[in-house]
Amino acid sequence: MHTLLIGTRKGLFTVQGQGDTPSNWRIAAHHFAGEPVTQVLADPRDGSWLAALRMGHFGVKLRKSTNQGAQWTEIAAPAFPPKPSTGPDASDPTPWSVDMLWSLTAGGPDQPGTLWAGCLPAGLFRSDDGGHSWALNMALWNQPTRKGWAGGGYDLAGIHSILVDPRDAQHITLAVSSGGVWQSRDVGASWSLTSRGMRALYMPEGLQEDGNAQDPHCMVQCAAQPDVLWVQHHCGIYRSPDGGLQWQRIAAPAPSDFGFPVACDPHNPLRAWFVPAQSDGCRIPVGGQMLVNRTDDGGQTFQSFGQGLPSANAYHLVYRHGLDVSADGQTLAMASTTGGLWVSSDAGERWIGVSNDLPPVAVVRFA
Amino acid sequence: MVTVEFAPSLRRHIDAPIQQVPAGPLRAVLDAALLATPALAHYVFDDQHAVRKHVAVFINQTLQHDRVRLDRVVVAGDKVLVVQALSGG
Repeated sequence: MHTLLIGTRKGLFTVQGQGDTPSNWRIAAHHFAGEPVTQVLADPRDGSWLAALRMGHFGVKLRKSTNQGAQWTEIAAPAFPPKPSTGPDASDPTPWSVDMLWSLTAGGPDQPGTLWAGCLPAGLFRSDDGGHSWALNMALWNQPTRKGWAGGGYDLAGIHSILVDPRDAQHITLAVSSGGVWQSRDVGASWSLTSRGMRALYMPEGLQEDGNAQDPHCMVQCAAQPDVLWVQHHCGIYRSPDGGLQWQRIAAPAPSDFGFPVACDPHNPLRAWFVPAQSDGCRIPVGGQMLVNRTDDGGQTFQSFGQGLPSANAYHLVYRHGLDVSADGQTLAMASTTGGLWVSSDAGERWIGVSNDLPPVAVVRFA
Repeated sequence: MVTVEFAPSLRRHIDAPIQQVPAGPLRAVLDAALLATPALAHYVFDDQHAVRKHVAVFINQTLQHDRVRLDRVVVAGDKVLVVQALSGG
């Protein structure tokens, strides 16, 4: 039995099911009805669930459950320190106030209580007490190039992908829209920009290879071979075989290499899934037909799968956290901005619809 | 004393009874009223301790447009009401 956590514009849904029969999947619960849920985490270390709310009036809130949603407790939300009134940050045009929590990642198995949160604006926060308190990572925030980051998806730059190396929890890799890929080998004490090979076609000539200008929409890591990273970038698909030291552009598959999410096989470093959209300027399925693209050879070739997905007049967009693969590497879930939810139990080749009627979906995660 | 009331839209999340606090600048009045329910402070104020842009504060029937200084003096007998501002769906 799989459990899905689905954060939407109007609350958190849990979905349970298994197999390829639609009646075997059901919406099991609806939490925080009416409140936007922008990120969720099912912590693999202790089974707790976290849900990040973006209340329209009252700001970002974080709720935690230790009993699979039977009860929720409000815990501290990440918050910026007081903005300096003197010095170089006094004129920082970025508001020092968390507008949205965009990524939540558990620390390593040897770091009980450690959580990482990436926010909009692009502050990285760390908790070492299970989310009861948070601290802004000043080493990243004080990077001089941080003030060159730009909005990508929102008016402000944000951190949407945080990867903790399963071999070494001191090693953090994160992605900024738009500000490139950054890595720390010392649990956030220092950072280096690792976007080499990426190309931002929306920038003027001469700046397209600026690592700080890249817009990686989503970044994932192969659990079995953590040096293999995949990125769905604003300008195409990238893969790195060496932990992000060098990014390799993947030749554009049909029907498009534009999109937002990417999921990768936790066991097979050559397999990953993408959900193509037409283009930057037209963010709908190509020709109104929903497809999922999968590569089994590290991006040399792709197959498109549409069985069970809307084949015409479909205008679903899948956001960067709207696609996930379970630990078995075979079961996938995907949900859209127009409320469609689909699952696949055969590695994305055939899909079944679970709902057409959810609120706009921000995030889908297997618990 | 000043009466401070938080609207039901706030009390839905964290119950906050009506407070009687000493007169003074609006910030001091709000801070005093939130002492009883400190968890509500992050609902009213943003990270920089400004009133959130979708929260409205009235002194009697007057909406306070200043969200940062909060230095308007609230006098004994006044009523401060904290509500959600009208905004989108």
